[in-house]
Amino acid sequence: MRAIVRVTRRPEIADPPGLTTGRALADLGYGEVAGVRIDRVITIELTTVSAADAKRRVEEMCERLLANPVLEDYSVTIEP
Amino acid sequence: MSDEKEDAPAAEELSAHRLLGLTDEEHDHIVRILRREPRPAELAMFSVMWSEHCSYKSSRRHLRRLPTAGPHVVVGPGQNAGVVEVGDGWLAALRIESHNHPSLVEPYQGAATGVGGIVRDVFTMGARPIALWDSLRFGPLDRARNRYLLKGVVSGVAGYGNAVGVPTVGGELAFEDCYSGNPLVNVMCLGILRPDQLVLATAGRPGNVAVLLGAATGRDGIGGASVLASASFDVETEAKRPSVQVGDPFEEKKLIEACLEMYEQGLVAGVQDLGAAGLSCALTEPVSRAGLGIEVNLDAVSRREPDMSADELLMSESQERMMAFVEPAHLDEVMAVAKRWEIDAAVVGTVREGGNVSVYSGGELVAEVPAGALAGGAPILDRPYGEPGWMEDLWSHTISFMQEPALANSLLALLDDPAIASKAAIYEQYDHMLFLNTVVGPGHDATLLRLKGTRRALAVSTDGNGRLCYLDPRRGAARIVYEAALNVAVVGARPLALVDNLNFGNPEKTEVMWQFVETVEGIAEACRALDIPVVGGNVSFYNETDGLDIYPTPVVGLLGIVDELNFTPPRLDRAEAGMDVWRFGPTWAINLAGSAFEKVTFAHVGGRPSAPDPTSARLAIETARRLAAGDLASVLHDISEGGLAMAVAEICIASGVGARLYFDDWRHLFCEDPHRFVAAALAQNRQRVTEVADQLGITAEPIGSFGGGEISFERAGMRTSLDLAVATEANRRALPRRLV
Amino acid sequence: MTIAVAVFPGTNCEMDVVWVLRSLGAEAELAWHRDVDLAGASAVVLPGGFAHGDYLRTGAFARFSPIMAEVERLATAGRPVLGICNGFQILTEAGLLPGAHLANRDLAFICRFVEVEVVDTASVLTAGTQLGQVLRIPLNSYEGNYLDPSGRARLVLRYLEPNPNGAQDGAAAVANTFGNVVGIMPHPERATEALLGSDDGKVLLEAFVRAAVTTPAPAGGARSGVSVV
Repeated sequence: MRAIVRVTRRPEIADPPGLTTGRALADLGYGEVAGVRIDRVITIELTTVSAADAKRRVEEMCERLLANPVLEDYSVTIEP
Repeated sequence: MSDEKEDAPAAEELSAHRLLGLTDEEHDHIVRILRREPRPAELAMFSVMWSEHCSYKSSRRHLRRLPTAGPHVVVGPGQNAGVVEVGDGWLAALRIESHNHPSLVEPYQGAATGVGGIVRDVFTMGARPIALWDSLRFGPLDRARNRYLLKGVVSGVAGYGNAVGVPTVGGELAFEDCYSGNPLVNVMCLGILRPDQLVLATAGRPGNVAVLLGAATGRDGIGGASVLASASFDVETEAKRPSVQVGDPFEEKKLIEACLEMYEQGLVAGVQDLGAAGLSCALTEPVSRAGLGIEVNLDAVSRREPDMSADELLMSESQERMMAFVEPAHLDEVMAVAKRWEIDAAVVGTVREGGNVSVYSGGELVAEVPAGALAGGAPILDRPYGEPGWMEDLWSHTISFMQEPALANSLLALLDDPAIASKAAIYEQYDHMLFLNTVVGPGHDATLLRLKGTRRALAVSTDGNGRLCYLDPRRGAARIVYEAALNVAVVGARPLALVDNLNFGNPEKTEVMWQFVETVEGIAEACRALDIPVVGGNVSFYNETDGLDIYPTPVVGLLGIVDELNFTPPRLDRAEAGMDVWRFGPTWAINLAGSAFEKVTFAHVGGRPSAPDPTSARLAIETARRLAAGDLASVLHDISEGGLAMAVAEICIASGVGARLYFDDWRHLFCEDPHRFVAAALAQNRQRVTEVADQLGITAEPIGSFGGGEISFERAGMRTSLDLAVATEANRRALPRRLV
Repeated sequence: MTIAVAVFPGTNCEMDVVWVLRSLGAEAELAWHRDVDLAGASAVVLPGGFAHGDYLRTGAFARFSPIMAEVERLATAGRPVLGICNGFQILTEAGLLPGAHLANRDLAFICRFVEVEVVDTASVLTAGTQLGQVLRIPLNSYEGNYLDPSGRARLVLRYLEPNPNGAQDGAAAVANTFGNVVGIMPHPERATEALLGSDDGKVLLEAFVRAAVTTPAPAGGARSGVSVV
C-alpha cells in the first residue's frame, strides 16, 4: 500500500518561493501564470493491509511530524 | 429615546475593543479623544498602536531614568535605531529587539522575522546593516519541546540572516527552567553610515507622498502586536493564534539595496519601516513627528489576498515593507529605483497640514484620528510595584559547603553545561565572515569588526543573566552592563553606547513591575558610572505561561570603539606553553550566590549576589583595554559564568594547551563576582604588565602558567587535574550531543 | 582589461570580491544581471550570496538572467570565468560547468575554515599553486554538496578529510576541460588577509587576475571552437 501525502502552505501564509517562481516565469514570457505555490509531496510505502488503517495512521504521521499545523495543511491519498 | 436601543450598540463596541486587547479605560479614553465612538477601523488602529509592544505604556515612565545623552550621540531613543559617531566621519546605527512570543508559536519564522525586523530598523536610518547578534534563551534541553524550539530558532536566524546577506557575528545562548514556555529571542543589529546618509522617520512637508515599498500585504500577524506580544500564553490562547508572519529574506535584501540607493541619491525625506502595527504605525508616527496630517488611500495598497477589510490592512504585520515619504519632484526616480530592484512601490497617501490621519477605503472614509493620539498617545500607565515578600527568603536561602568539592569533577560538569559550553554548533550555522570585517568573531568575549578605510574597529558584546537578576534585579542588571563593558575592553575597545532589551513577565503583577523598576535603576546606575548613554531599547512584557513568569532578563548590547587597531587583538586561542596566567581585579571573591557552580553542582539558586563596584569596574575596563592595546597580553578573558576555573579552561581548550593554577580558597575558582579577568601573557612581559597594574592601582597576580596536557589546580603541594583532551571533548560536545 | 563582477538580486559578496580584486591590482567593476554587454570585460566573476533567495533551486533563476549570455560568450571565448559559492551553483545550473549542488550532508549551513589540497594546476584559479599544496580557506554554504553524475568535471581543489559537506570526491573546486571556467565552493576572497584568519586564498585570486590580464583573446573573435564544458 502506498500513501501520497501533499503538504501545502495554508492559503493565508506567505509563500516567498512560490511568489519568486511566479515572477521568474512571467519574466520568461509566461504571462498566463497568475500564481504559483510550492508544496511538498511525500510518498510513503506501507506494509499495512487495510486502506482505512493506512489512511488513519498516515494522517497521524502528518499531525505529528510531516506537516507543521501552524503553517501547513495536508491531504492523504491511499493507493493499493 | 429608548434606553435599550442606546445600550445595544454600545455593548457591541465594548466587546469589540476587548477582543482587540484594549481595556475599558482605554476605550473610554478613545471616546474622549474622538468625542464619539470609534469606527471599527479606528479601533483596529488604536488596538495595535496602544498595545504594550508598540506603546511601551507600562514601561515609559520608568525608562526615563536611563541616561541617554552624550557628546557622540547623534540620535537617541525614540527613532528606529540609535546613532552614534564613531570617528573618521562614520556613524554607527544600533538597535536590539525581541521576537519572543512569535518564536514560541513558530520558532523558525519567529526568529527569521525577528532578524528581518531588526535589520529594517537599522537600514531605515540610512545605514547599511553590517552585523547581527542573537541572544537566545530556552528551557532545559532534556525536554523535547525545548530542543525543537532551539533548533527552529537557530535555523530561522541562520536561514534569514545568511540569505539577507548580513553576517551574524556573535550572540548568547542560555538555559533556565523559566524559559520553557517562554523562549527569549533577542536580536541586535549594527549598521554604518556617513552623516549625510542619515534618514529620520519623518513625513517631511505637506504635499509629500507616502510610498509603500516591498512585499504585498496579507493577513500576517493580525492581532500580533496587540494580541500576541501583549498577552501571556495559556491553553486557551493556543486556539486564537494569529496568522504567522513568514519572512522573505530575498525581498528584504532587494529592499535594503533599493533603499540605500534612494538615500544615496537623496530621494527620500523620511523613511519608516513597517514592523509591529504595520501600516497603522508607518503612516502615523512619521506624520505625528512632523506635526502634520495625512490622507491615506487603502485601495492603493498591494494585497496578497482578496477581500481584505480596512481593519485587516491597517493591522497586518506582513513583512519586508517600508514606507518612504517623498517629495513629489522625486517620485518618478523613487519608482525607477524600485523597479530596477524589482520591488513593488505604490503611493498610498499624501501628507498635508492639520494633525489628522484620514483613511479611505473603497471610496469611503473609514478612519479619521489625530496622528498624535495614535503615535505616542497611549495613556502611560503607572503600574504599582513592590518588593515581593519572597526576596528576603531568597537571599537567606544559601548553601554552606561542609567540604571542598572535587575540583576536577566540578569543572568538568561546568564544561559540559550547555549554557556555558562551546556554542560552535550554533554559530557555525551563521555566516559570520561576510563583508570581510570580522577580526574577532563568535566564540570570544566580544566581536571585533574593523571599519574598512580607517584604522578603527568596532567592538560589540551582548550580555544577559536572568538567574543573577532574579536573585537581585538591580545588582544583576548593573553587573550585566559592567560585564559587557569589560568584554569590549578585553579586545582593546573603550565602551561607547548601549542598547537594551528588557524581557519580563506579567507587568500587572507588582513583583514583576518591581523587578522591572529595579532593573532599569541598575542599568542606569552602571551607565552613569561608566558614562555610557543608552541610545535605544526594547521592552518585552508578558513572558509568562500558565501563571509562571520568566526571570527578569535584561539583555544589553554594548558598542565599544578601538580608535586605532595597531595591535593584535587578544583572543582565547592565543595562549602558548610558557605564558603566565594572570588574574586581575578584587581578590576577595567567595560569594557563590547565583553562580553556575551552585546551579550545576547542587541545582541551587539562592542567596544574594555581590553588589558591583563602579570604581573596580572602571579600573578593570581601563586595565584590560591598555593591556590589549599595548600588545601586553595574548589572551584577555572576562571572569563570568563558571568563574576563574572556567575562564582558564576555556582559554586552554581554545588554545590547545593545558595550565597549572595555584589557589588558596577553592571558592575563588568558581565565584562569579564582577570586575575580574584573566590574562595569558609572555613571561618577558611580566614587568610591563606589573607596571600597568601598579600605575592604575589594580590588583594583578600571576597565578600559574600555561603548558602541558592538563588543567590542574594546586594548593599547598596538592594537585588535582583534568585532562585537557577530556575537557575539550566535553566542552565541544555538550551542546551537539544534547540536540540529537 | 576589467574583471566584471556579476550582481544578481540576492547576491551579497560582490563588494568583497571587488575590494579584494582591486587590492590585488586588478580593475574590477560590478555588472548588473540585466546588463547585456560585457564588451569591456576580460574576465567575469560570479560571487557568492543568495541569488533570488535560492528559491526553487539554488541558481535556478539566475541562469536565465540576461548577463548569462555574456558569461557564456566569455567562457566559450576562453576568457577566465570564476564562480564562487552561489556563483558556482549558477554555473552548474547554466550548464557552464557539469554537475549540480545538493544540501550539505549534515543539513546545516557550514561557516568555518577548511583545508583544501591542490590536485590540478591547469586552471585559471590554480595556475599559481603547486600540486599537493594545502590552503586554508573559509567554507560558508548550505548547498555545498557538489555532485557530478557525468564524471566530466575536472577536480582542481579537494577538501582534506574529513569531507565537510559530502561533496563527491571531496570536490571543493572544479574546472572545465579548457581550464578557463572554474567553480569553487569555499570563498578565496575571505582568505587574503592574516588579520581575518588566513591569506591562503591570495595565490588563487592572483592566478585568476593574471589570467584575466594576460590570456590573449583568440583571433577571429567569438566562437573559437573551444568547448566550454
